[in-house]
Amino acid sequence: MSAIPIPTLKPWVVRDYIKCSGCRLCEIACSLHHEGKIWPEASRIRVFMLVPGVEVPHLCAQCSTYPCVAACPVDALSVSEETGAVIVDNAACTACGLCIAACPGEIPHLHPDQPHIVICDLCGGDPECAKICEQAGYLALFKGSRTQRGAKNYDLYAKNPEEITANLVVNLYGEKGEEFIE
Amino acid sequence: MTYGYTGKFTEVNLTSSCITDVSLDEMVLRQYLGGRGLATKILWDRLGGQWSHIDPLGAENLFLVLAGPLTGYMLGSRICVSGKSPASNGITGSTASGEFPVEFRCAGFDGLIITGRAESPVYLLVTDGQVEIRDATKLWGLDGKQTTQAITKEVRGLMQTRRPDFGLWKEPGIIYIGPAGENLVRNAAVMQKWTHACGYGGYGAVMGSKHLKAVVAKGTGPLPAVAHPKALPPLLQKTYDEIFVDPQRGFWGTGAAGYSTGAEASSEPVRNWQEEWHDEKSIGVINLETRNWVKRYWSDFGCPRACMKLATVRSGPLKGAITDNPDYELEAYCGTNLGIFDPDGVVYVSSVVDDLGLSGINSANTMGFAAELYQRNILTTEDFDGIAPTWGDAAAMGELAKLIAERRAIGDVLAEGTFRAAKTISELKGVDVTPYAVQFKGIEVGAHGIRTGHHFPYLGYALSVQGGDHTSIPRPPLSEASAALTDSLVVCNISLGFGRTDHIWPFLKVVTGWEMTQEAWMTVDGRRIIQIQRAALLLGGPDVFWDPLVDDDNPPRWYHPLPSGPYKGSAPQRDEVLEMRKTAYAEMGWDARGIPTTEELESLGLHDVDRALAPLRT
Repeated sequence: MSAIPIPTLKPWVVRDYIKCSGCRLCEIACSLHHEGKIWPEASRIRVFMLVPGVEVPHLCAQCSTYPCVAACPVDALSVSEETGAVIVDNAACTACGLCIAACPGEIPHLHPDQPHIVICDLCGGDPECAKICEQAGYLALFKGSRTQRGAKNYDLYAKNPEEITANLVVNLYGEKGEEFIE
Repeated sequence: MTYGYTGKFTEVNLTSSCITDVSLDEMVLRQYLGGRGLATKILWDRLGGQWSHIDPLGAENLFLVLAGPLTGYMLGSRICVSGKSPASNGITGSTASGEFPVEFRCAGFDGLIITGRAESPVYLLVTDGQVEIRDATKLWGLDGKQTTQAITKEVRGLMQTRRPDFGLWKEPGIIYIGPAGENLVRNAAVMQKWTHACGYGGYGAVMGSKHLKAVVAKGTGPLPAVAHPKALPPLLQKTYDEIFVDPQRGFWGTGAAGYSTGAEASSEPVRNWQEEWHDEKSIGVINLETRNWVKRYWSDFGCPRACMKLATVRSGPLKGAITDNPDYELEAYCGTNLGIFDPDGVVYVSSVVDDLGLSGINSANTMGFAAELYQRNILTTEDFDGIAPTWGDAAAMGELAKLIAERRAIGDVLAEGTFRAAKTISELKGVDVTPYAVQFKGIEVGAHGIRTGHHFPYLGYALSVQGGDHTSIPRPPLSEASAALTDSLVVCNISLGFGRTDHIWPFLKVVTGWEMTQEAWMTVDGRRIIQIQRAALLLGGPDVFWDPLVDDDNPPRWYHPLPSGPYKGSAPQRDEVLEMRKTAYAEMGWDARGIPTTEELESLGLHDVDRALAPLRT
């Protein structure tokens, strides 16, 4: 039986925070791919560990409404037709930071050395972070797809790491975890 | 430039608040690499001439924070701390993993040399290219979890204020001390991430003596440039693949040995080494994983192995405890060694020692020693300020840990570590309690016994330049130089197999461009480090001096036949061990009294070490 084709299927990095080991092989893979060196702060995925043991891989969720793209005053951000990823035109970007403010999860950040923003581009459709996490067997990140139906669900992942931490810390440590919520 | 290094080593004088860069030439880095090796070189150059007069807890000691060329590149990220050890009076290279080392290197640093003593509590903040001394008055007295929380909040806030345009700032990497280090407990650890300890050597007390609560790093740069960048990704992938095909070790971590090392190998400390065998299935990994683990895989930056786990106690009187695993060492020391065989109890005691900033191996050895003296009615509840440290009582053992960290009642004596406490208690009580002390040259022994003849070697710890450190023992066919290698590159020594070094050389070549060989390391460079460490240990002082012919030996208990288990009756014969020692001395280039010979030292270019040892030879 053949699957029903969904023409608009786009790749998505599925994230299961509680399974994140904090190994940060995703940061290594991402920065090697994009920068040719191991560079955690230039990685498009950054693992926040605001409380030890509570690791939150933080990366673009490709919201259905793309508020970052809408906020860009110089048209430096666009959406890839093929993958749905946000593409940064580094030359056009003025590093004004309006996209950070527009993102519900404050996900984009400036490149540490160059005057432009960095946002996950899904590596053109085959994200390195998910690849290594799948190989490692953690499946905290894996390559899935973004369907049209239920698309609003994906928007919810554009969430600030503090908020995610506040949930996870209780999930992991129970009542004791509440002591570590800022 | 030197590939693999940032090249930046900075000296911070806490007395004068003076901060200056120190240059080290490439030849020194090639010979000593980083971490333990470089610590040995720096300590000897600066303090070697007056070694036995240096008080490890005095302002004149150094506290070293050193990465290595492979830190961040190879299988995880570790930091090495060192100085003159308040436990052994020698030099220990003590390492722990976490994200601090990567933040430190990404901030552009390879090392800090911290001297003097601050007038009031401070912490150091290391950011891109700079070091600041900051007030830590409000942090003094906080436990590990509180310290981590307060510093994370303060430093993130600071970075966000300094550079708000960057976007969200991640947390910094932190190495810190708990109350034990502040109170100069001689087996206090330098901690990282709540649970990870630079445990051996007592460097938490060195930080405490300098009023240094923490070193905090937040860097935004890349790791230092590598010699062959194109060769790096395939090399990483090759190593990952090797580990990913063997998932079971990561699945269990080392904790699975908590049962088998007792039940099968019969070499686990049980009630202060009175026995080394147990068949308590409750301590088995299956009970920890089904009852306590809330995260099956917990890693540090770049580690594909994930041998750590997160464990909690969710219900009952010990509720609220959080620690990692516990791994084998702490299952043994905070568990079986204290007669505790239930998972909740082990997690609880591990969590308490972590929070206090005690080294879980070393301090729980001292706790086991104290509990045995209680068992023998040599120490009473009165000595313990009302606590009854009965075998198996996790809550009481937690209280005992606090007594030590806070130096209350007999805790003040026990805070000096097992060796020194045994001497003092013998005097106080008029009973010789030294036969119950299981330690080597002031450093309490790791959780691996020798008596069966099949686990650790008869003559390993006794000859180690790091005393009871189970990660640094000379055991054939490896010499202790192999431990000095991983500790100097500052990489994990277990993720690809304990003591294995063959995988290191290709990494070293890709990262630094250096062609080094196993043979050269074992016969020259690594051996040089061991000889300097040996010299420092023998010079010792000022409170304790070691006599090789007395102290290059096993503790008395380890010559008593095992009282139980499949190896019942087994023990090394002391005269045979002493015969073996003669051969080992010769192999190590030490004379009949255990002192490195002039010929050996000259061949390694260590003329000043030879001169410093001359008085010991007369």
